[in-house]
Amino acid sequence: MANPTHRHSKARRDKRRQNWKGAAPSLGQCPECKELKLPHRACTSCGAYNGNKVLEIVEK
Amino acid sequence: MRHKVDGRLFGRPANQRKALLRGIVTSLLEQQRIETTVPKAKEAKRIAERMITFGIKGDLHSKRQVLSYVTDRAVASKLFSEIAPRFQGRNGGYLRIVQTRQRLKDSAPMAILEFVDYENVKQAKGKAAKEEKASKKTEKKTEKKAEKKEAKK
Repeated sequence: MANPTHRHSKARRDKRRQNWKGAAPSLGQCPECKELKLPHRACTSCGAYNGNKVLEIVEK
Repeated sequence: MRHKVDGRLFGRPANQRKALLRGIVTSLLEQQRIETTVPKAKEAKRIAERMITFGIKGDLHSKRQVLSYVTDRAVASKLFSEIAPRFQGRNGGYLRIVQTRQRLKDSAPMAILEFVDYENVKQAKGKAAKEEKASKKTEKKTEKKAEKKEAKK
């Protein structure tokens, strides 16, 4: 069976993992309510998409 | 290699996948607007638009084609009598997908799948509901009045 010949130190493991980074979502501004919204998605705060396309927003 | 293999599998065996999509398409035709995950919406859109094209064609063969897919006969007849006339003269593109949110439980991207003329449908629906409410109210009122009258007697 194939096995590792040498021990891998914590430093090597952590150096490898340095490049595992999360990326911030690219947000745009809703043209209706100026809130931040995801591109190609209906605005989650006012429910608008492409002008008058409105989904009902239930206030909590 | 799965080059050029079309369609989504949804992690289900063929029979369950077929049943799932039939259910989605049927409720879409019934409700005019539904919320599902984005991939399910995209897959259902193709089939539902085919159904509407059958509806516009309206001959016996297309009726049989629709009945063999839609799970509810009432919905099939609604497709031919109510939905198809609205799209006479339009060649495809009867449906719209609007991506909305991440579902809370599994963060699945959700979308709303609706007819492109849903605004008109919604207004008609709202009116019908209002009228129903109003008629119920008047009914109740008249009932109450009648009860009061009887009580007075």
